[in-house]
Amino acid sequence: MAVASAPSALPLGKKKEFSQSYWSLVWYRFKKNKLGVLGGIFLIALYFLFVAVPEFVSPYALENRSNFVEAPPTPIRFVDQNGQFQAPFVYGLDRKIDQVKRLRTWVEDPQRKYPVKLFVQGDPYLLFGFIPANLHLFGIDADQREARLFIMGSDALGRDFFTRIMYGGRLSLMVGLIGQFLTLILGATLGVISGYYGGATDMFVQRFTEFLAAFPNIPLFMALSAAIPPFWSPISVYFMLTLILAFLGWGGLARQVRGLVLSLREREYALAARSFGAKDSRIMFRHLLPGTMSHVIVIATLSIPGMILAETALSWLGLGLRPPLTSWGTLLQDAATVRAIRFTPWLLWTVPPILFTVMTYNLLGDGLRDALDPYSGR
Amino acid sequence: MVNYLIRRVGYALIMVVLVSFVSFVIIELPPGDYLTQRVQQLRARGDRSAEQQVEMLRARYGLDKPFLERYFNWAGNFLRGDFGESFEFERPVSEILGARLGYTVILAIATTVLTWALAIPLGVYSAVKQYSPGDQIISVVSFIGLGMPGFLLALIIMYFAIIVFNLEVTGLFSPQFQDAPWSFAKVMDLLGHLWIPALISAVTGIGGLVRIMRGNLLDTLGQPFVEAARARGLKNRTVTWKHAVRIAINPLITILGSDVFPSIIVGSSLVAIVLNLPTIGPVFVDSLRKLDMYLAGTCIVFLTIMLLVGNLVADLLLAWVDPRIRLE
Amino acid sequence: MQTNPSPTPTAEAPAGAAPDSRETLIEVRDLKVEFNIRGGVVKAVDGLTFDIKRGQTMGIIGESGCGKSVTARAILRMIPRPGKITGGNIIYHRRRRLAGHQTAPAETNIIDLTTLDPDGETIRQIRGGEIAMIFQEPMSSLTPVYTAGTHINEAVTLHRLLPIKTLGDQMADKIMQYRHVTREEAREIAVQMLRRVGIPRPEQRVDSYPHQLSGGQRQRVMIAIALSTEPAMLIADEPTTALDVSIEAQILDIMRELQQTANMAIMFITHNLGVIASMADEIVVMYMGKQVERAKVVDLFYNPKHPYTKALLQSVPKLGPRTGQRLASIEGMVPDPLRLPTGCVFHPRCPAFMPGKCDQTIPRWVEAGPDHWARCLLYEE
Repeated sequence: MAVASAPSALPLGKKKEFSQSYWSLVWYRFKKNKLGVLGGIFLIALYFLFVAVPEFVSPYALENRSNFVEAPPTPIRFVDQNGQFQAPFVYGLDRKIDQVKRLRTWVEDPQRKYPVKLFVQGDPYLLFGFIPANLHLFGIDADQREARLFIMGSDALGRDFFTRIMYGGRLSLMVGLIGQFLTLILGATLGVISGYYGGATDMFVQRFTEFLAAFPNIPLFMALSAAIPPFWSPISVYFMLTLILAFLGWGGLARQVRGLVLSLREREYALAARSFGAKDSRIMFRHLLPGTMSHVIVIATLSIPGMILAETALSWLGLGLRPPLTSWGTLLQDAATVRAIRFTPWLLWTVPPILFTVMTYNLLGDGLRDALDPYSGR
Repeated sequence: MVNYLIRRVGYALIMVVLVSFVSFVIIELPPGDYLTQRVQQLRARGDRSAEQQVEMLRARYGLDKPFLERYFNWAGNFLRGDFGESFEFERPVSEILGARLGYTVILAIATTVLTWALAIPLGVYSAVKQYSPGDQIISVVSFIGLGMPGFLLALIIMYFAIIVFNLEVTGLFSPQFQDAPWSFAKVMDLLGHLWIPALISAVTGIGGLVRIMRGNLLDTLGQPFVEAARARGLKNRTVTWKHAVRIAINPLITILGSDVFPSIIVGSSLVAIVLNLPTIGPVFVDSLRKLDMYLAGTCIVFLTIMLLVGNLVADLLLAWVDPRIRLE
Repeated sequence: MQTNPSPTPTAEAPAGAAPDSRETLIEVRDLKVEFNIRGGVVKAVDGLTFDIKRGQTMGIIGESGCGKSVTARAILRMIPRPGKITGGNIIYHRRRRLAGHQTAPAETNIIDLTTLDPDGETIRQIRGGEIAMIFQEPMSSLTPVYTAGTHINEAVTLHRLLPIKTLGDQMADKIMQYRHVTREEAREIAVQMLRRVGIPRPEQRVDSYPHQLSGGQRQRVMIAIALSTEPAMLIADEPTTALDVSIEAQILDIMRELQQTANMAIMFITHNLGVIASMADEIVVMYMGKQVERAKVVDLFYNPKHPYTKALLQSVPKLGPRTGQRLASIEGMVPDPLRLPTGCVFHPRCPAFMPGKCDQTIPRWVEAGPDHWARCLLYEE
């Protein structure tokens, strides 16, 4: 009895969009989200600078100590004491005892000027771990005992703090990536198995993830990493810590994958594969898992910052990475006391890169989510 | 309803048992912990009183008994309020944690209340005035809040307090009330200090909740029952709060138990470490660093119990507000 | 707010007499509603004109997206953003609400609804109280956390006024001493209303939550809510589309029955020709926001004028001897609302398309027969 309305065809412009593959459509939508793209670009830059080439970006070697203990950030000047404008330079530093505050401080000596240059020769290093080099992005041409360039000050052993932040980023950023990769493998595999087989397997995996979720996560990380034997090598500690983070983080991912698989396994293509007699493992990993990939990527992107923060918090509390390993967390150890904030506040420079990393991951993750789910964009 | 209640409480009890077991495994896990070291030291001394002490420790912690028996011994003592002894402080764990437990709970509750009291009105405003300048400011700020871990925020705030304002923001009491007996003035002093850590620990949660509340409410405002309510001649405010918000808030209650409360417990522990508050957090970290495992294990059990209680409260709250669950 | 006290047309009629069912309730004049969206302006309603009389049922019919639901919402000033009324008037002949069950033609105020503040006091009194509305989705038109009774209470306490008991009804009427109903009275009304719409065991059902009711029961509850305030008009926006055919028939019966007892006007919106034929007195046919034809129901079904109406009627399967003809459908497709065809919007699909005329001249609203209006060049000059 109803009015037979004409077949409502789509406007021509949209048809083209539909003939494209799913991923190119996602890419198309993602590109329209300016903030998401910006987050992605920043992240690539971040990983390139902090993970690939920190040796080149920082002016000194990681463990290069000096007598300039707890020196505040050196101001880079363009105008000398005569009011002359010139190429950037720094003054030399002299130790001085502040009689009033009863402190040892550093004062600039206007008699000694050192120009700040790009691409200077300095401490030797291995670029990408195998190319010997000694070129640094910037620095001053001076005998290292005589003057130093500390754009973010120096620590208690006279090491350049900017250099330490650059090197520290490598471990912190990689913990997130490696840890999340392990989480992804564990979570996706168990999620698929749990959703595909159902029954007792599902029950077991479900209860186990619930059980893990019942614990407050960071305290549990702490307790487990406190149990890492102190005599282990730093590298073993690093991998153990990453494993702990990954092991405790897979629950949420597994639950999401399971939910998706539950609906996917009743789809025609899965049923068709089964009726052809495909093996369970083939159906699970060739047919079902790819269908969950887009969600998995979004969840993974959005949980990497949590993992980075967990490492930071743990190392900061002395329960994660330990010196000589340098990460953003271990750098915070020296900064997070009332005394340190009062006398060496520049050690808090570790905080901005951490926050920046978290923000860029969130921007990217948000952008990806909106691109993958056309209904979430508002 | 009664069924639902029994199920949730039963579930929480089973969880407590499992959690206690894992906590005991954690207590026993680290090689070279205090107890082992102590026994070795005493053995090395080798005199009679040392032998007696070793004997005493053996009896108390059942050192020569199998693992399960030791666990039941520990759990039984736990139920009786004997949580073991802190080797670091050489005092019973219960004595060390006693007052701190209360402050931990107070801080967690204050943070939760603050999170909700701020996040819901902001989320509602943001959704109702979608795309207005206010909405955009709230969205940006909550996005930043979401990525702002409490302990780093605490550090930043300490930095500004010390360097710019020359203030101390640590502790929960002013010096004159530190050891004073409880009085009205002391409670007011506590509240005056409490809001800073509570607000700091709440920021991450607020950021997330505002976004969720905004999204949910926007979905709900498009629902037919909202239009139907408006068509009944109700005021916009009544429609928003009585019909839309009431529905949009339900998923938030689930999240309260599963995500918000856990992150508040963890977050406020870390903030407490930065701000040196008399809660469980700082003691817990300290005990782990020194492998003072009975103290650490007890802390984990208490933190987890708080979490489970929070979950249970959220479940009950959900049943209370949603007849679909209450009458299931 | 524009309230012009005007002499009532039936002023000479003796007070208390049954009101004339021919009195005008709503006059819609050249109504225009536009949605300013990205990519252009959609004219959702463009030049709509019709009257609704008290006790009469006006049917509005058309394909989805033709602007019929927007028209209903325009009357209640509930057009969702970014929609806006950009022209025309909706004249509402408002009567003061009196004690008792019947509204009398004692005093009629003329209000142009398009001039009201959409969130203001006046329109909120009208919404639900004088013009009630029921919706297409009975499943989701009730707030899930409130009982059927709570919903009815909400409407009744807001809109139903009772005289203060110590005074006689007439006295109360004179000095306008009204009070809102109490909680107990509201509950009593709720039970009564549920009984009237045919819900079994209303004393218990009044405390039921929406998820405990079936789809048909929910739509009955919706009707009970709408009618509990004794409105002068009920707007029914596809009230039975989501329901089974047997339940649809029951719901329509209830609506007809209640209309007769309450002398209520109904604006019935649907795309279902069968339903409208059994319900409406007069019908407006809409296409792409434009009114293409308006006539009395019998006239429209037996003597359709506009080619679109004809095509609609032919697309309905008929019982009877086989004619060997295939069921007709309308050629072509619904145009993009952002790029409407020139001239008559229906011309690309029209079987009576006159090249050079229909694609250039916008047809006017002309009387194509006695009290039978159409917007088509076939009937001009």
